[in-house]
Amino acid sequence: MHIVVCIKQVPDSAQIRIHPVTNTIMRQGVPAIINPFDLFSLEEALRLKDKVGARVTVLTMGPPMAETSLRKALSLGADDAVLLTDRKFAGSDTLATSYALTSAIQKLAEEEPVDIVFCGKQTVDGDTAQVGPGIATRLGFEQLTYITKIEDLNTASKEIVVQRRSEGGVQVLKTRLPCMITMLEGTNTIRFGKMDDLFRAARYELKTWSRDFTGAEEGRVGLKGSPTVVSKVFVPKPRAEKAKMIVADADTPDAMAAAAIDAIFAAQPKLAGDLLARAAAGL
Amino acid sequence: MVEKFDAIVIGAGPSGNAATYTLAKQGLKVLQLERGEYPGAKNVQGGIMYSHELEKIIPDFRDDCPTERHIIEQRVWLLGDDSYVGTNYRSEAFNSDKPNRYTIIRANIDKWWGEQIRKVGGLQICETTVTELIRDPSGKVIGVRTDREGGEIHADVVIMADGVNALLAKRAGLQAEAAPENVALAVKEILFIDPELIQQRFGIKEDEGVVIEIMGKVTKGMVGTAFLYTNKESLTIGIGCLISDFKNGDCPPYRMLEDLKNHPVIKPLIEGAEMKEYAAHMIPEGGYKAVPQLYGDGWMVVGDAAHFNNAAHREGSNLAMASGRMAAETVIELKAAGKGFTASNLAAYKKKLDDSFIMKDLKKYRELPGIMHGNKQFFGAYPDEITAAAHNWFTVDSIDKKSKEKQIMKSFIKRRSVMGLVGDAIKLVRAVR
Repeated sequence: MHIVVCIKQVPDSAQIRIHPVTNTIMRQGVPAIINPFDLFSLEEALRLKDKVGARVTVLTMGPPMAETSLRKALSLGADDAVLLTDRKFAGSDTLATSYALTSAIQKLAEEEPVDIVFCGKQTVDGDTAQVGPGIATRLGFEQLTYITKIEDLNTASKEIVVQRRSEGGVQVLKTRLPCMITMLEGTNTIRFGKMDDLFRAARYELKTWSRDFTGAEEGRVGLKGSPTVVSKVFVPKPRAEKAKMIVADADTPDAMAAAAIDAIFAAQPKLAGDLLARAAAGL
Repeated sequence: MVEKFDAIVIGAGPSGNAATYTLAKQGLKVLQLERGEYPGAKNVQGGIMYSHELEKIIPDFRDDCPTERHIIEQRVWLLGDDSYVGTNYRSEAFNSDKPNRYTIIRANIDKWWGEQIRKVGGLQICETTVTELIRDPSGKVIGVRTDREGGEIHADVVIMADGVNALLAKRAGLQAEAAPENVALAVKEILFIDPELIQQRFGIKEDEGVVIEIMGKVTKGMVGTAFLYTNKESLTIGIGCLISDFKNGDCPPYRMLEDLKNHPVIKPLIEGAEMKEYAAHMIPEGGYKAVPQLYGDGWMVVGDAAHFNNAAHREGSNLAMASGRMAAETVIELKAAGKGFTASNLAAYKKKLDDSFIMKDLKKYRELPGIMHGNKQFFGAYPDEITAAAHNWFTVDSIDKKSKEKQIMKSFIKRRSVMGLVGDAIKLVRAVR
């Protein structure tokens, strides 16, 4: 069983500050952490390792400083770590990122076939939730998103049963490996690493892979391979209208509805005329 | 399998970093354990870094060490209620290639230390708390136990650099609880401000810095001092007093800091700044008499954990780095000579300390903490009288200068009596002899 966990190093959003003069986000001095959503997936991968035995490889794409996040993952119990880093990856959007990560996962699969890819539900700095499903699509893996529990994993029949949070209930899904899983936040608690794993993480020789090494095509990664264009970043204007208390004559549904309707017509003077005109036109 | 090292250093502050780096550089197998999430996560310093001791350990530290500003001007202010009397010293000579003092933000420096330690082959492990020392049946320290599963680690010698609380030494019965009058509690804020404003307000260029050390009415008669330092794009402002005084006084530290920030001579300097960080830390200020047992079978203690702090001169991190280096050198020398790390052999560490500025300076000021503690007039009456005298002297009002001198003298005598003044003078001389 080979499990790959994709993680991302992100600025700790709890500690981001706004520059008082320029009003831009100050990244300087903000600690870098593993994307919190990724930790739920990492922990679930480690639990599967404890339960059925597996090799857990953690994979990230990012600048060289992302090494600290990989070592952290190793100290928690991951077996191997791969840093996908190359200037040519810089500026990748979710399409290019999922492509680049897929190329690395395929490279890993050459060593040992990959059964499960875990991803975070989304990142705290991009919030798109697109990279995991993108990888699954490219690899042709089953997609299990928003998973709250892995009920069963049969290594012989290569079947997995999971619980998935959906609107209005819980879905119990059964599928065949290989699959891509994103865990829902709060479904587990990341462990406290063992002393041995800390030593191993500190001494581990990190695998650093470039675009050439994974064989990702040049035109499909980085800015060139990213159709997403960020044309403008802005803070939406706060809505000028504040909440208003509508006082009704009596504490009955009729009186409250009447008061609400009066208030709406008072606030929208054109509304009554428009409605009458529409009624006259037979609409 | 239990891991075994030549030495384990506990803590990644200035003393622990100096010890670990020195040991690793000499090729010893050294492990540094830090309980914080990253080196510096738990560390708080004003802070001024003195380069001389760092240079001894990493001569070319200036190449990449993330210092803030080098200091070209030192101010010492005595605050009255709405005034200050002070001295300034500023010199272009401080703009040398190798400045002697820098303002720093501790956490940045300790992260940098971590990189230096890794470069020379030291092993630094964070987020791991040492819970106790492991001893053999004879009582010799042979390793540590951490809070992690499989947390037993062995070493020939353990260097405790775990800071002012010295929790390990206390837990192991090697140190007594520090007396409240020997420890200060300092609080500080880092105030974010446009660097242009810093440069304008303090009359300095981009990399230049100013330090203001402050005493006076703002500590409300408690034994303490305050400070204001210029960083690259922030100001550090803080105040600290003895814990025993805070305990008996009616002004909590945060209010004292607010009063300092609102003091009429301080306020214009920090106007428009935005608080970025708030921190509090204890400082060992008991001096020579508070220094505990420094070594034993298989262990040494360095830095704040050994109470190495010169409160009178606002020196601490340099004593920490020097003591860390000396402990490491002791280990290196004993190992080279094939000697064991017994208490009698580790006494060489104490000898190094005694022969250095650390113990010489602490000894020189050994009476200072006691005298300051017992003579609160130095923190109340004198700031009052001195600022009033200055006000009188510099007010031009057609009163002849001889009469002014008399008025000033009379005011001092009224406050302290002739004998009191003479006594205070003698005490001050004794304190710094």
